[in-house]
Amino acid sequence: MTSLSAADRAVDIRGLDVTFATDSGDVHAVRDVSLHVNRGEVLAIVGESGSGKSVTARSILGLLPETATAEGAVVLDGVDVVAIGREKLREVRGTKAAMIFQEPSTALNPVFTVGWQLAEGLRAHRRISRKAARAKAVEMLGRVGIPDPETRVDHYPHQFSGGQKQRIVIAMALALEPTVILADEPTTALDVTVQAEILDLLRRLRDEFGTAIVLITHNMGVVADLADRVAVMLDGEVVETAPVAELFAHPQHEYTRRLLAAVPRLEIVDRMPPAGVEGEAVVVADRLTIEYPGRLGTPPFRAVDGVSFRIGPGEVLGLVGESGSGKTTIGRAIAGLAPVSAGSLRVLGTEMNGVKERQFRKFRKDLGFVFQDPATSFNPLLTVAECVAEPLIVHGEARSASDARAKVDELLEAVQLPKAFGDRFPHELSGGQRQRASLARALALDPKLLIADEPTSALDVSVQARVLELFGELQERYGFATLFITHDLAVVDILAHRVVVLHRGTIAEEGRTADVLGAPTDPYTQRLIVSLPVPDPELQAVRRAEWQRTR
Amino acid sequence: MAKTRFVDRLPVLHQLRQSVGLQRGMLVAGLVLTALFLLCAILAPWIAPYGFAQLSDADGNFGAQQPPSAQHWLGTTVGGYDVLSRVIWGAQTALYVVVVAVILSVFLGILLGLLSGYLGGWVDRVLVVVADAIYAFPTLLLAIVVAIAISGGQSGLWPGVFAAAISITVVFIPQYFRVVRAEVVRVKSEAFIESAKVIGASTGRIMFRHVLRNATRTLPLVVTLNASEAISTLAALGFLGFGIEPTAAAEWGYDLNKSISDVAAGIWWTAIPPGVAIVLTVLGVTLIGESLNDLADPRLRARRRAVRTPAEAVAASQPTAREELGEVQ
Repeated sequence: MTSLSAADRAVDIRGLDVTFATDSGDVHAVRDVSLHVNRGEVLAIVGESGSGKSVTARSILGLLPETATAEGAVVLDGVDVVAIGREKLREVRGTKAAMIFQEPSTALNPVFTVGWQLAEGLRAHRRISRKAARAKAVEMLGRVGIPDPETRVDHYPHQFSGGQKQRIVIAMALALEPTVILADEPTTALDVTVQAEILDLLRRLRDEFGTAIVLITHNMGVVADLADRVAVMLDGEVVETAPVAELFAHPQHEYTRRLLAAVPRLEIVDRMPPAGVEGEAVVVADRLTIEYPGRLGTPPFRAVDGVSFRIGPGEVLGLVGESGSGKTTIGRAIAGLAPVSAGSLRVLGTEMNGVKERQFRKFRKDLGFVFQDPATSFNPLLTVAECVAEPLIVHGEARSASDARAKVDELLEAVQLPKAFGDRFPHELSGGQRQRASLARALALDPKLLIADEPTSALDVSVQARVLELFGELQERYGFATLFITHDLAVVDILAHRVVVLHRGTIAEEGRTADVLGAPTDPYTQRLIVSLPVPDPELQAVRRAEWQRTR
Repeated sequence: MAKTRFVDRLPVLHQLRQSVGLQRGMLVAGLVLTALFLLCAILAPWIAPYGFAQLSDADGNFGAQQPPSAQHWLGTTVGGYDVLSRVIWGAQTALYVVVVAVILSVFLGILLGLLSGYLGGWVDRVLVVVADAIYAFPTLLLAIVVAIAISGGQSGLWPGVFAAAISITVVFIPQYFRVVRAEVVRVKSEAFIESAKVIGASTGRIMFRHVLRNATRTLPLVVTLNASEAISTLAALGFLGFGIEPTAAAEWGYDLNKSISDVAAGIWWTAIPPGVAIVLTVLGVTLIGESLNDLADPRLRARRRAVRTPAEAVAASQPTAREELGEVQ
């Protein structure tokens, strides 16, 4: 790309260094980063959490916290953002560069209408009449694909769905026709089917308006779908920059290769169910219904509606669905954390409909639970060893944490953590290490059933791959039955013997993993599978065409 | 991972090392004033020139309203007591009351807050209503009523201290109750509490092992802020005549009350010393509380700017080995 002159560059970052002042000394978050983005190009910055990708992108807008000091040059459409003052920076924001945030529900102010918020951005930079601003807002909403924009412009953010909110955030970013849009994990908080639509919208922006986009993401599928060029960051440095096809086909740097290898792919393996799966079932749900009570006068909300399934001994059942499908509620009901409203749910031989905690408590030692966020599922004031010893103490297998230490060390070893980690506090461990410790705790009493609620969705890809691998090994070794709850079809593909696809509280499709993922019969499952971006640009282009047809 | 040094983990010292600029100045000023107060309280028998109830020495009676002199550095009161001695001994009484009041209200407040927040239901509703009812009362009026009920008119040192402390306790319990209850309600919904439930831990174990210690983070701040309020409430009680008799203990509020008429007569030395003592003690403890509050919140805490000496720049640009960060690949 050296043949392009500097004028064609929307953003040119040269030798950027960012240092944060923290309690434990200075942290050098970004080291000597040089990047450029051409007009009408999508540059993806990929890397794991803490790699400095967000900091680099935010420096384009001058959006660094007060504790940060930036050195080097960030030339945005001819203006060096690092050098200019506050007032100048305000002029640049919105007109030359705009930002799309990860969580659309928090990026919009809940007490103003979306039309007002769109107009706010316009009026901050231009003298424009109220009426003209409103007309412009309606036009922008129409452009980003909000149906019926004339009436919707007066609606409040809570009246829109998550995907629509992200469209509105994009409309706001687009309103002043900026040269470059920064998209910081724009689809991470969204379901796959919605993600596909937002990616399609971003692609249209590039093609129709020639907007340059800086896409920050950890999802290689999204990169393959949207990016033109990719920069890979590791520990604050750019280790590789290449056009997307070349990066996926011939990764140069060792880290890039490792990253690509770790991305879970749909391979559709037919996994034989374990022997003895026909024995007495660990979990049987029969027309299970779970309702959350509504407010006075409103009917209760039915989260799970007449769902029937079975988990045999030693079997891994994948429970897949988008947000609001009731998958987590089912997991919580099995663990006795949510009450059953109607139907029957038998867990380890106990009927959960109307069960008393006192009756169920003695069965709890046969049940392990791994939570989504390893950061919050440990008591922050206890050491890892004390946390892992907790189930042993509660069920009378040890009198104190020191008494249980031998068993704890054994468990930590089983999840491949060094014994010495037992003396650390949870916050001193990385996300993947914590999730392994969480697995050790769940397995402490050698349970018959393990419920894993999105255990890897808070982790980086390479860490996720290791945790899943470990999980598979342990499952084979100890032979516990598992309910694996996730939104990620590729993860289910790695582990599950059978899959249940949930859609709005009912079962859309159920069967052997290979059958459901390989030859789905239900239209919802089909849409779910084609929406999943694959980490391969060429294949993804084919799949995208297929997705366009199913719309 | 290097072990943090012992001094860095002591509560106040840790914050002192962490602070910079104005925040450090405030904290240091608070610490100095409070240390002065504590020293006076503890060393009162040795540093006070006379006893708090002493009216005469070998040379005979002190005499009333004597101006400052070599024998009486701050003069004597209308009752014939030495002002400096009573100011120093007053610190001791104030310390007794603060300690008793804070201990009583902390234990009861935490216990009730924990029960109310974790169990919820009718226990919670009743306790919240009672706490709100106490809040609705003017605090001083409540303290007076309790003081009369407890002391029953007689007031030695310990009955007087307990009357004052318990009346302050009654006012403070709702504060601790509310702070702890709010924290418990927050902590209750955290994933690690659910994970304890899934393990099958009993309610008592969850409450005391998992919830309690996580819900008491903000208490040191409330304790320091309340300690200063306890001192002013004690002074107010003494000023209004519901405190401790001068023969039982020295008390700043009582001395202030007796010096009202002196002010008009141009006798400054009886009113100003106890008044200054109250102001400085309350100021010192409040400064500590406010500084701790600011330092505990990362958003309010000031930090040194990132300084770049050449050596540091080199050190910073060397990538830290991942193993060093405790990464296990």
